[in-house]
Amino acid sequence: MPKTPAGTLYRGREGMWSWVAHRITGVVIFFFLLVHVLDTSLVRVSPEAYDAVIAAYKNPIMGLGELGLVGAIVFHAFNGLRVILIDFWKKGPKYQRQLLWSVIGLWFVTMVAFSIRHLSVVFGG
Amino acid sequence: MANPVIESPRSGRVAPEYTRRGSSKGNFEMLAWLFMRVSGIILVVLIFVHLWTSLIDGEGIKGVDFGFVAGKWADPVWQIWDLVMLWLAMLHGTNGVRTIINDYAEKDSTRFWLKSVLYASTVVIIVLGTLVIFTFDPCPVIDGVAHVAPYCPAL
Repeated sequence: MPKTPAGTLYRGREGMWSWVAHRITGVVIFFFLLVHVLDTSLVRVSPEAYDAVIAAYKNPIMGLGELGLVGAIVFHAFNGLRVILIDFWKKGPKYQRQLLWSVIGLWFVTMVAFSIRHLSVVFGG
Repeated sequence: MANPVIESPRSGRVAPEYTRRGSSKGNFEMLAWLFMRVSGIILVVLIFVHLWTSLIDGEGIKGVDFGFVAGKWADPVWQIWDLVMLWLAMLHGTNGVRTIINDYAEKDSTRFWLKSVLYASTVVIIVLGTLVIFTFDPCPVIDGVAHVAPYCPAL
């Protein structure tokens, strides 16, 4: 079997790119989850050890990282609900493109609101 | 003249690799597919509330410290909340990464080793997280020194 296919079945557009974004955000969230359980486990080492590591989450660079993480989670959550609608709602497949633009719209509104709150906490005095 | 008996071309001659039943996998893949959807809906609620309490409510991320965790886990509702979130998120994430490994790792041995590392990590993280939630001590005494906090008994 040749390694490289002559053509491609990938169609691009909303359907494929939302699938790509769902995979990438899913992997990012999974690796953060592993780290997050480990950092939380420091509460069983000592209060000082936990507070020292959590302090790292409060500096501006990590604050921007949290913004990216929340952006990934919110997209994965909203697009996951879209996937469920495509699978279980009779008209889901027909409206999958409109559903993706709804996901992007809701994601944008959510992220604007969250950014105002989170960045004022991280960069505020 | 007797009609010739023509054997059905498939009867009794389906090679095992072409049969659709009898595989030991059962309907595991269908159950995994369903689990992603059911756990996904529950995780949206669990994680959005988790993000609200940790990053938005009160002082946001600046309010998170040992005392914040102690205050939360003093309530069994938050213990169960975090326990369910830990298990569902880890199983949902592990199944997602399993799918990705199956899609992109072409060699049998590569898939085997990647999934072995994945499943080992999953077991370690779920067991560790579960133990941490249930053995948490808000007022630990470390090397004879008691933790000082308003909610701890003065020694």
